[in-house]
Amino acid sequence: MEINLGFLFISTIKIVVVLGYLYALLAVLGHASKWVQIGGLLAAFGIIQLIFSFQPEDAQIINDFDRGLLFQACTMTMVALGLNLIYGFNGQFSLGQWGFYGIGAYAAADITWRWTNNDARGLTGVAIGATLVAVAIFGVRRLIARYKGMPVMSAFTLYLIGTIVACALTMLIAGALDPALKPLFGTKDAPGIFASEWALQIVFFFAVLLAGIVAAEISFLFGLPVLTLGSDYFGIATLGFTIVINTLMVNSDTLLPFPEMKGGRGMIGIPKVTNWFWAFLFLLIVVIVMRNVLHSSTGRAILSVREDETAAKVMGINVADYKLLPFVIGSLFAGLGGGVYAHFIGFLSPGTFDFLVGFNPLIIIVFGGLGSMSGTIFASFGWMFFLEGLLRTILGQFGTEAPTWRFVLYPITLLLLMLLRPQGLLGSAEVGFLRAPKIAARTAASDNPAVTTPVK
Amino acid sequence: MTTPTLPPTLEIAGLTKFFGGLRAVNNFGLALKPGDLAGLIGPNGAGKTTVFNMITGVYQVSGGDIRFQGESITGLEPHEITQLGVARTFQNIRLFANLTVLDNVRIAYHTHAGYGMLDAILRTATYSAKEKEITERAQDFLAIFKLENIQNEFAKNLPYGQQRRVEIARALASNPRLLLLDEPAAGMNPREIVTLMELIHFVRDRFNLTILLIEHQMRVVMGICEHITVMDFGEVIARGTPKEIQGNAQVIEAYLGKGVPGAA
Repeated sequence: MEINLGFLFISTIKIVVVLGYLYALLAVLGHASKWVQIGGLLAAFGIIQLIFSFQPEDAQIINDFDRGLLFQACTMTMVALGLNLIYGFNGQFSLGQWGFYGIGAYAAADITWRWTNNDARGLTGVAIGATLVAVAIFGVRRLIARYKGMPVMSAFTLYLIGTIVACALTMLIAGALDPALKPLFGTKDAPGIFASEWALQIVFFFAVLLAGIVAAEISFLFGLPVLTLGSDYFGIATLGFTIVINTLMVNSDTLLPFPEMKGGRGMIGIPKVTNWFWAFLFLLIVVIVMRNVLHSSTGRAILSVREDETAAKVMGINVADYKLLPFVIGSLFAGLGGGVYAHFIGFLSPGTFDFLVGFNPLIIIVFGGLGSMSGTIFASFGWMFFLEGLLRTILGQFGTEAPTWRFVLYPITLLLLMLLRPQGLLGSAEVGFLRAPKIAARTAASDNPAVTTPVK
Repeated sequence: MTTPTLPPTLEIAGLTKFFGGLRAVNNFGLALKPGDLAGLIGPNGAGKTTVFNMITGVYQVSGGDIRFQGESITGLEPHEITQLGVARTFQNIRLFANLTVLDNVRIAYHTHAGYGMLDAILRTATYSAKEKEITERAQDFLAIFKLENIQNEFAKNLPYGQQRRVEIARALASNPRLLLLDEPAAGMNPREIVTLMELIHFVRDRFNLTILLIEHQMRVVMGICEHITVMDFGEVIARGTPKEIQGNAQVIEAYLGKGVPGAA
C-alpha cells in the first residue's frame, strides 16, 4: 500500500484553483464597470470551455471525473442556494428541497426523453400545464384577495380545484395537439425539424425552465397550508414531502402513468445535453436572481420574517406571503438544478433522491454560513471537490471499501466546525458581487418634504 | 388643530379578551381625538399590553369593537392594520437584530416601495429610482433622530437607549396616524428619560400624530400625558387628567393596596 503523493498534491491544487476561480468570478462581477463585468464573465466561461474543447487526449487538464464533479457542484450550488434562501435568509427549516430537486430532475428528463423518442407530449403537456396552473393560481389569488380573513384550508381547497381543472384541460389540449406535431419529427430515414440537434438543445432549455416552474408550483400548493406550522413542525412536514416524492419515484411505473421512468430500476436514456455552457448559464441565472431579490425591498421583507415575525407583521409585512415567496423561489432553483443534473448524468435513480442524501445541501449551507450566498457557493464546490473528489480517491487507495470512511470523516469535520465556528465558514459575510452596496451617510440633510410633512 | 369633522382617531368599546378561562381584558373602552397624547397605566398584569396587542391585531379580539378613524379594524391582520396607519413599539424591544439600522427603517417602506420583485430582478430604472428614494427618506428619518452616524451598524450592537430610538424611528417611518408606545422608558436612566420625553413631544408635533403610551415611570406619564386611563385586573378603574388621577383613591388603592382599617 502506497499513497501517491503527487496525486494528493495535484488534487489539493485543484481545490485551491476552483475556489480561487469562484472568488475571482464574484470579485469581477462586483466591479463597478459594466465592461469589466462582461469581460470577466466571458473570460470565466471561456477558460473552462477552452480547456474542455482543446485539451489533448493523453494529457487531460480536466479529466472526465473532474468534469463530473464540476457539473455536480454547479447543480448542488443551485439547490443549496435555494435552501439557503428558505432556511438561512427566511428562517424556515426545510427538508423538502431534495424532493423538489427530484421533481425537477424527473420532469425535465421526461420532457427530453419523450422528445428523443418522437413524442412531443412531454413538452407540450408540461408547458401548457405549467401555464394553466399558473393562470389558475393567480386567478384564485386575485379572487381570494376580496375576502379578508379566509381560512388557509379554504384557500388551499380553491387553489387545488383550480390546479386540477387546469391539469384536466392540459390533458385535452396536449392530446389534441399531438397528431399535428407528430409528423414534424419525421421518420428514421427522413428526420423532421424536431429531430435535429438544435431542436433538442432548445427543448432542453425549456425543459429545465419548466422543471423549475413545476417544482415552484408544487411548492406553492404544498407550502400554503404547511407554512402555517411552526418551524419544527414545518421541518417534519417537509421531510414527509421528500419521502412521499421518493416513494412516487420508486413506483412511477405502477402508481403513476409514467412507464418511461421505470420506477425503482431507474430512468435510462436521458439525452446528455448539459454542457458547460448550460451549467454555467443556469448557475449564473440562479445567483443573479437570488442576489437581486435579496438586495431589494422584497429581500428585506424576507429577512425581517427571519429576524422577528411579530415585528415584521407590525411593520406591515404579510408574513404568510413572505414565507411562501422564498419557499417557492427556493424550490424553483432546486427544480432548475434537478433539470441540469438529469441531463448531465443521463440516468435517474430514486436512490439519488432519498431523503438521507437530502441532508447534503443542508449540511453545505450550515457549513458555508446560513445567510451567506458566497458561503454556500464556496461550500458546494468545496464539498464536491474535497469530499467526492479528493477524499474518495485518497481513501480508495486503501481498499475498495475504504471510501466509506469519508462519511465518518465529514461529520467529524462538521462537528469541529460547529464547535469552533458555529456561524459557519463565512457567517453572513458576502464576497464581491454578492455584497450589499455600502450606503454612505447623507451629507446634506435636506429637508425632505416626504419626511417633514406627513402624507394624508 | 382638531377640527370637529374628523372622526376620533381611535375608538374602543366593550373590548374583551379571554385566554382560556382567564378574562385578561374586560369591557375596555377608550376614545382618542386626533392629536391626543394619552397614557395607559396600571399595575403589572392589568392587561395593558394585551390591549395594545388587540389594537394592532397581534391578538384576536374575544369581544367588542375597535374603530380607527371611524372604520372598524376588529379582526384585520396586523399588517393590514399597519397599512391603515397604526404603528407600535414593543415592551421588550423587537428590532431586526441582524440587520443594519438603515435596513430596519427601510423595511417600514416595504408596503409602498413602488416597485415589484420583477423590477428588482431585472434592475429596472424604476428599481433604482425608488430604491434611492427609499434610502434617502430613511436616512432623513435617521437624521431627525440623530442616528445618521450609526446607519450601517447592526441593530443588536447598539446601546439600549439608541435601540429604543431606532424602534420609534422605524415605527414612524411606516407613516402612521396613531402611534402606540409600550413602556418606552423601561430600563432608561433619568437623563435618557428626559430626552425621551422631549422626543415624544417633538414627534407628536412634527408628524401630527395621536399617541397612546403604556408606562410605569410616573414621571413620564404625569409629565407628558394629557389624558390617562388606569386599568386593574383587566378593567378600567379611572380616567382623567394627570391631576385627577393622582388624587383618585381607587388608583392609589390599586397601586399601593388598601389601608388597614383602624390603623393610626
